[in-house]
Amino acid sequence: MERLETLLRDAFPEASDLRVLDRTGTGDHFHVLVRTVRFDGLSLVDQHKLVYAALEEPLGDGTIHELRITTKGT
Amino acid sequence: MSDELRGRIKDVIDNEPVALFMKGTPDLVMCGNSQRALDALRSAGAPITAVNVLPDPQIRQELQALSGWPTIPQVFVRGELIGGADITEELAASGQLERKLADALGEDYRGSAVQKLELV
Repeated sequence: MERLETLLRDAFPEASDLRVLDRTGTGDHFHVLVRTVRFDGLSLVDQHKLVYAALEEPLGDGTIHELRITTKGT
Repeated sequence: MSDELRGRIKDVIDNEPVALFMKGTPDLVMCGNSQRALDALRSAGAPITAVNVLPDPQIRQELQALSGWPTIPQVFVRGELIGGADITEELAASGQLERKLADALGEDYRGSAVQKLELV
């Protein structure tokens, strides 16, 4: 969970809200929320793709079994 | 082989009004997020063509290469990637999904039948 938060902070240092929730308490089902000015004017698909890119490693190595994403512009 | 499979996936994306690539089938959903996307599409009355990605890992690889979207499920309306479960749910809740479907498919888009499509 800290790893995910670190990766997201590195990718979105300007985020005004950034949260990682462990939905099941088992360290593999996460809900991440990111609010950043960088999402302004982007489609939801492009916003989520930026989050996926930030979490490419834990998505690829199986750390994340299930991911929910909520993104907001400012 | 993979080129051929990619072509078949592209055909589905481009030609089906609403394509849902999911884990399992609408009768036997194998993943919570696939269920959420299916439920969201149903709530908007979408005419769904469901494709199970589980029979062959290559389906998922080729789909990801085509869409640039790394996870399953994936929802397409007339060739356009709408998103995964979260976006589909969000758009359904706000009413935007119904508007998008009406814009892309016409006001009388509603079709209750779910069509299953086998790629392999």
